Amino acid sequence: MNILEVEGVSAAYRKNTVLNDVSFSIPKGSLTGIVGPNGAGKSTLIKVLLELHPKLSGNVYFFGTSLKKVKSKVGYVPQRGSVDWDFPTDALDVVMMGMYGQIGWLKWPKKIHRKKAMEVLDKVGMADFSHHQISELSGGQQQRVFLARALIQDADLYFMDEPLAGVDAATERAIMAILRELKNKGKTVLVVHHDLQTVEDYFDRVLFLNRTVVAHGNTSSTFTTQNIEKAYGGSVRWLKEGIGIVGTHLQ
Amino acid sequence: MTYTGWILLTASLVGISSGIVGVFLILRRMAMMADAISHTVLLGIVTAYLVTKSLSGFHMLVGAAIAGIVTTFLVQWLHSKGVQQDASIGVVFTTLFALGVILIATKVGNAHLDVQHALMGEIAFIPWNTMEVPFLGKIPIATFILGIVLILVVTVIGLFYKEWKLTTFDPALAASLGIPVLAMHYIFMTLVSITTVASFDAVGAIMVVAMLITPAASAYLWTDKLLVMIGLSAFFGVVSAWIGYYFALWIDTSISGSMAFATGVIFLISFLFSPKHGMLSNWLKPQAGKS
Repeated sequence: MNILEVEGVSAAYRKNTVLNDVSFSIPKGSLTGIVGPNGAGKSTLIKVLLELHPKLSGNVYFFGTSLKKVKSKVGYVPQRGSVDWDFPTDALDVVMMGMYGQIGWLKWPKKIHRKKAMEVLDKVGMADFSHHQISELSGGQQQRVFLARALIQDADLYFMDEPLAGVDAATERAIMAILRELKNKGKTVLVVHHDLQTVEDYFDRVLFLNRTVVAHGNTSSTFTTQNIEKAYGGSVRWLKEGIGIVGTHLQ
Repeated sequence: MTYTGWILLTASLVGISSGIVGVFLILRRMAMMADAISHTVLLGIVTAYLVTKSLSGFHMLVGAAIAGIVTTFLVQWLHSKGVQQDASIGVVFTTLFALGVILIATKVGNAHLDVQHALMGEIAFIPWNTMEVPFLGKIPIATFILGIVLILVVTVIGLFYKEWKLTTFDPALAASLGIPVLAMHYIFMTLVSITTVASFDAVGAIMVVAMLITPAASAYLWTDKLLVMIGLSAFFGVVSAWIGYYFALWIDTSISGSMAFATGVIFLISFLFSPKHGMLSNWLKPQAGKS
């Protein structure tokens, strides 16, 4: 069964079309990397799917139905830069925010929520920082807190916007270990990713996006030089054919 | 209660309500919206008077609340159509304020509404303008209204505390969890409008901006916890009101002016001496590191 079905979705910022006729479907238990050049509409795509940005046309089905009915099954990790890290709160509190939907209206978080948040913080290796103000954390630590906040939602489908951007190597390994664990538990994860070098190691499926879907499928068959060049506009410099990219050159 | 007691109580109620609302204004980076709404409520008050021909505080409260919502809506709408946020605030509030001034000057200029009073407030007259309230007896109308507004502010913020926190910190996550972010934005702006107009009689529309922004900005420098920040902000509001009152008595000057000035003094002290973010501790820290 397909967890996510996207049919002919288009979206725009003011008058600039950012996404045009985007269609794809995501099978259950897959770990998909969404890659594409800057301005390809990767973040916008996630926002449109989650109805945080209006779509102009097309249909999106979550678990075969509309998002509204299955909101609690869908988790979202926004870009780290999208929030104010000087906000007066600590790591534990941020993680608990992931449970606000479950706690429900008019209720305050209880001890049991605190305990659960502590467990998840421990899982991402941040238990010692639970009472640190969030601006005192490094970029990698902030990203771990964000991930913990998503894990605590206990969703079946996760959208993550650049969770590996600007994090240290240890955090990158820790995050990927958790994403693989999610996949092994049968959860479905979509990750906006910027580093073409690691795509083959990290994801079992890849979606090339540049305003529309350039290519989509299993990493082994889809992550080809040809598709990369198609998505990135042609002039990608390869160090060794098929192994690593030292940089991308856009006209 | 004594004359002074009523004035201090009234000003303290302004300080607490504004202090609580102000924290979220600052954290949502909407300090300018407080300035805008403090001006456009004038239009709401004049319109309420024109419609009802009454100077009753409750009519004005409703008129001001509507004006606040209209302001918020117009700013939001212009912004969504491509006008920059600060520009759209500037355009909307000056235009609506000017409309209020025009209406006051033509139709009701001879009535009891005047711009001076609305903008500066006159707290000294409050204790004489009383009403009969069951169980409480004779209390000043402004004090009574401010008491109700405080209960409203505490209830609305308290009941939806975690929703306010999340929509302020991370609106995208809030929306993905199904919290109506835009609706909460309007509810919050309504709270700001109501707090502003209720404070009109006490400190005036301009001075309420000081009460909304400055104690919250000071509190932000002292703590890393949202609840503590809210408490401190309300506390600073009350302290400013008291210091301002006695300072005004001492050198015989404007009470609301002194209160607003006192908020500035508290901010300056916080800015210099707060242990976490103060100038002094920032200056001392590298020295301590060296030794």
